[in-house]
Amino acid sequence: MSPPTGTSTTSVTQGFLLGCRTAATSVFAFVITVTYIGFGALCHDYGLSIGWAMLSTAVQWAGPAQVILVTGLGSGIALIEIAVAVGLSSVRLLPIVVALLPLIRGERTKSWQLIVPVHFIAISVWVETMRVGPSLPREHRIAFSNGVGVTLLTMGVVATGVGYHLQAALPVLFGAAAMFITPISFLVSVARGARLLMEKVALTLGLVIGPALALNKVEFDLLWTGVIAGTLGYGVHRLQRMRSAAS
Amino acid sequence: MSATMAEIGPYLALILVGFLPNEVWRVLGLVLVRGLDEDSQAIVWVRAVATAMLAGVLAQLILASSGALAAIPVGVRIGAACAGFVAFLIARRSVFTGVVVGEAAFVAGALAFGP
Repeated sequence: MSPPTGTSTTSVTQGFLLGCRTAATSVFAFVITVTYIGFGALCHDYGLSIGWAMLSTAVQWAGPAQVILVTGLGSGIALIEIAVAVGLSSVRLLPIVVALLPLIRGERTKSWQLIVPVHFIAISVWVETMRVGPSLPREHRIAFSNGVGVTLLTMGVVATGVGYHLQAALPVLFGAAAMFITPISFLVSVARGARLLMEKVALTLGLVIGPALALNKVEFDLLWTGVIAGTLGYGVHRLQRMRSAAS
Repeated sequence: MSATMAEIGPYLALILVGFLPNEVWRVLGLVLVRGLDEDSQAIVWVRAVATAMLAGVLAQLILASSGALAAIPVGVRIGAACAGFVAFLIARRSVFTGVVVGEAAFVAGALAFGP
């Protein structure tokens, strides 16, 4: 889990390669592989082609949304309903992109230069870049993030193909275990990354408020969970700063 | 657009209802972030929102599971997540230990109480 030795980089290429190495040795290499073997097998179950399955991983790159898409298409529900469900499940990508980009972009980076790096951004890439990025020179951070993204996405696409072929050989329980690795890895990696009290409060409250809103069938429950629990966490952060400023 | 996949084909469906509604959030993030710098209070707030939203997503994945995961009793799913989290804390915040112990507890629980 610790970043490879010598985390200071001297060139953009080195930044990219450090990203590749960090990704390959991170827990997410394991998590992504298991997740996408499960996804490949799921696509086989639903009668989709292997090319379709691998393309889904490459262009969507968001596990829960991909499972929703496949099961939705397989059960023949209206496309518009699937689109809404996919969109709602992926709202989390928005605050992650907003929180990560200021860390990795340079002063003169143009928005269009970030289109490709932004596509790679997922929870795994966010967690690894937030962890290692701050110790790197600013001009190498985009390359680092790209290295993490390219490596994990490639592993995901390959694992999708492998899972597709292995489908018949996989134990019945594998599908469920592969789906479980997403929430358990989210839980521990976000807890690991939560250094500030603010993030700990937001995480804990999110775990309570999220299910409470969902249980009461509140519309856009995830959005509200983020705004309410996040704002309370941020409030704690402000209080803490006011106190330390006063003392 | 009350069409189904059978009418437009799987690849067009992937782009229209898989790729676009997903990617829009990444691109929107890229647009919204312009002009905000790393230390601005807005970014600090967004970081808290991102963390809370992730917590909501993972709670939903565990509690309101779909597909193969739904066949496993909810008690097993919650218990395994707790086991993984406790292992993570004991192992001095090792993510790997948390994931492996959580998965192991999940498989053991599913074998014992599953369908």
